Amino acid sequence: MAYDKFNVLTSTAVPLPLENVDTDQIIPARFLKATKREGFGDNLFRDWRYNDDNTPKESFVLNNPIYSGKILVGGKNFGSGSSREHAAWAIYDYGFRCVVSSFFADIFRNNCLNIGVLPVQVSPEFSEQIFNAIYDDPNTEIVVDLQNQTITIAATGAQESFDINSYKKENMLNGFDDIDYLQNMKGEIETFANGLLL
Amino acid sequence: MSKTLFDKVWDSHVVRKIEGGPDVFFIDRHFIHEVTSPVAFLGLKNRGLKVLYPERTFATADHNTPTINQHLPVQDPLSANQLKALEDNSNEHGISHWGLGHRKNGIVHVVGPENGITFPGATIVCGDSHTSTHGAFGAIAFGIGTSEVEMVLSTQCIMQPKPKKMRINVNGQLGKGVTPKDVALYIISQLTTSGATGYFVEYAGDVFENMTMEGRMTVCNLSIEMGARGGMIAPDETTFTYLKDKPLSLKGEAWDTAVAHWKTLRTDDDATFDKELTFSASDIEPMITYGTNPGMGIGISKHIPNAEAVEGGVATYKKSLDYMGYHENDSMIGKKVDYVFLGSCTNGRIEDFRAFASIVKGKKKAEHITAWLVPGSHEVEDQIKEEGILDVLTEAGFALRQPGCSACLAMNDDKVPAGKYAVSTSNRNFEGRQGPGSRTLLASPLVAAAAAVTGVVTDPRTLL
Ligand code: SF4
Repeated sequence: MAYDKFNVLTSTAVPLPLENVDTDQIIPARFLKATKREGFGDNLFRDWRYNDDNTPKESFVLNNPIYSGKILVGGKNFGSGSSREHAAWAIYDYGFRCVVSSFFADIFRNNCLNIGVLPVQVSPEFSEQIFNAIYDDPNTEIVVDLQNQTITIAATGAQESFDINSYKKENMLNGFDDIDYLQNMKGEIETFANGLLL
Repeated sequence: MSKTLFDKVWDSHVVRKIEGGPDVFFIDRHFIHEVTSPVAFLGLKNRGLKVLYPERTFATADHNTPTINQHLPVQDPLSANQLKALEDNSNEHGISHWGLGHRKNGIVHVVGPENGITFPGATIVCGDSHTSTHGAFGAIAFGIGTSEVEMVLSTQCIMQPKPKKMRINVNGQLGKGVTPKDVALYIISQLTTSGATGYFVEYAGDVFENMTMEGRMTVCNLSIEMGARGGMIAPDETTFTYLKDKPLSLKGEAWDTAVAHWKTLRTDDDATFDKELTFSASDIEPMITYGTNPGMGIGISKHIPNAEAVEGGVATYKKSLDYMGYHENDSMIGKKVDYVFLGSCTNGRIEDFRAFASIVKGKKKAEHITAWLVPGSHEVEDQIKEEGILDVLTEAGFALRQPGCSACLAMNDDKVPAGKYAVSTSNRNFEGRQGPGSRTLLASPLVAAAAAVTGVVTDPRTLL
């Protein structure tokens, strides 16, 4: 599934300063019954976002009109739990292109990279600064520059660099995915498989 | 150069190393189920790709299946649609399919090992994070996302950076009523849910050496709950005995050759790990969780810790206790229980039912308790009947359901109602995991049985 190229993203951000946000919260299991990859954004954070009667919970940040943007800033250990890629789809489908956290769960990070959501891991101090900047001014812009691997708070100029392996970086800059790469080395894979015992 | 068990298996499956990038990693065995595979097959179709090695992929329906009346058509149209998609996709691509009603049907991580699909030194993936279960056999096994399912189907490979290595040693003698589940919950409570993120774990020490395969599977299953990619245990005689003569295990000379190779799958004496931790078996008591992640567990006789005493944010901790309706310093013993769930790929095997039966034998289910006893597979179900365990359960007022994931993730109708408390032998106690608003206490089959007959959280050691 190819996705949009990612280069420089300048956007306001939505703050969600909770720790251990797990994928069951991002997209509850009862919404995993689809056989197509459509409409998951509607159920992003479903149980935090809506009451039982489907009216929005005013207190939840996605229902607060003063916060919006393509960047979601989460707390530590974001995306823990189930391997469901649907969590990353829901985030993408809702309109986020980047998730910022001081720590990501492994599978979630991988899933994001595979579908075109950039996970940006920052230091706990910088994460704190971003939250403060957003709370001071919800219109503050965050600049995520993938080529240079930097994240900047536009208003203050505070900047930090982030890690991403060069292979994944190339993929995201070009909107390629792993299947494109693997398809091009099928012969090598078949030779390898022929040499296996089992 | 000295290597760990993990190195040996990993390195022998790298097809290509990418400079500054992940390894192209070959997958020996691939399990698929109805929930995370349909979109992957759709991806194949859109790209006009075929399944490269259909004989290396195995399909079973489990996540979203009913656990009663499996002979009737599935009521929920969305669920029925997913099951149909799995069947059609498997047929179209020549993949063996153990659908609902098939003799070999059951939870993917239960049927894989019991049919001999899992083997030492294998690389195994599935679109389910508890794929780590298969590490009990000395395999590298982990959960993947749907994009990766598509990669494995089309090329039998995924792209993975090699994780760091951690060894967790537990030595000594486990006390009465302390099960493999307690060992795992104890380790997670010590490491927190992110303590092993980025690592692949090897479990070592006499506690694991003395464990049955069922116990080892329970431990490896829960590796993911401390953030690890997976966990593994070196194969030994216990492993070989378990696998010998399983339906899909190698036979005759091929078996002997394989065993000779598997015996080399051990960590070399002077191999090193990025991190090594050691715990003592005597520090572990029957465990129970009191919060909304599996790291929030304590010995059953202990009190809920103060917010200040735990690592991490106070706000998150308090939100979690609020959700559970608990307070700091509460004792867990005597807490009210409404539901009991025995099952899942963590504790849905024959040993778990034996343990449960050992407590409820000669007693009666507490009246207000709703109990769901869900075997991990038809094979487990058959064994329960053959060993006379069903009679013990029936006499104590329990009924057996049909195999599936059931209340582990509550995608089917087995949902715990909002506000109710469930003692569950499954693996996750996240908010709403067992149904919107449900409150989960993770524990061993012994603790679950003790709650089922007393109606409250009870130390199983008092009933043994
Ligand atoms: S029992 Fe639970 S954890 Fe295991 S495979 Fe099923 S849903 Fe996943």
